[in-house]
Amino acid sequence: MSQSGINPSNGESGSDGSGEIVLRHGDAETLKGFEATVFERLKNAGFDEGEIFSIRLAMEEAIANGFRHGNEGDPAKSVTVAYDITGSGMSLSIEDQGTGFDPAAVPDPTEDANLEIPSGRGLMLMRAYMTEVVVVPPGNRIEMRFDRQA
Amino acid sequence: MNPESAGLRVDDVNGITRVGFVEQNILDEANIQEIGDALGALIDSMEAPKVLISFAGVAHLSSAALGALITVNNRVGSKNGELRLADIDPKILEIFKITRLDRLFEIHGTSAEATATFS
Repeated sequence: MSQSGINPSNGESGSDGSGEIVLRHGDAETLKGFEATVFERLKNAGFDEGEIFSIRLAMEEAIANGFRHGNEGDPAKSVTVAYDITGSGMSLSIEDQGTGFDPAAVPDPTEDANLEIPSGRGLMLMRAYMTEVVVVPPGNRIEMRFDRQA
Repeated sequence: MNPESAGLRVDDVNGITRVGFVEQNILDEANIQEIGDALGALIDSMEAPKVLISFAGVAHLSSAALGALITVNNRVGSKNGELRLADIDPKILEIFKITRLDRLFEIHGTSAEATATFS
């Protein structure tokens, strides 16, 4: 995934683990196995339970959005996830095969008028739990970074 | 879809329908859809439903799960019912606060506290 800007380092250059996976729609078992590997690596790199909770939440939301909104539920389309863990943090890239979206056009779900709308909270949760979230134009790739507290 | 096969524990005590989750994680979209459908059918079968959802044992949930809860809340409201949430892990409660859904839902520390608030 050389175009992702994350450049998984295959364990070199101070990396505590990196990898990439192509996920198919509805393949919960593969996702579960992939996540188990990532969380184990985070734990081994010294991330605490709260930090892993944050990363897990953001990653789940990005993947779910990729399938639901990006790929519009098309079972023929996939979502690619790449990550790189270092002692000081983690970077993640989640890319779907959709046409993208404009994050500025997503209504603020915390406004009173929007509280009863059942969807539209994924992106704000990613932003709340990660240090940085970038929606890369045209909007079918999200790059996120989590910096550990010094 | 019955509640058990959706991964829900449901019982009725003194007219209050108590709902709990079997799984620790409420993340899988297909399962969340099943949970929403099962709760929807349950609410539709009642007059002025009084529903208590306990999150005891739940460690992770997604925004899709929040969406299903909002739909449940709307459905209970449309039937002039009452919905209470309880036993929410502090990390999960933080998600409700960040999304400001702690303003939409009536949330109590424990099921016993929540039970006492039904009319």
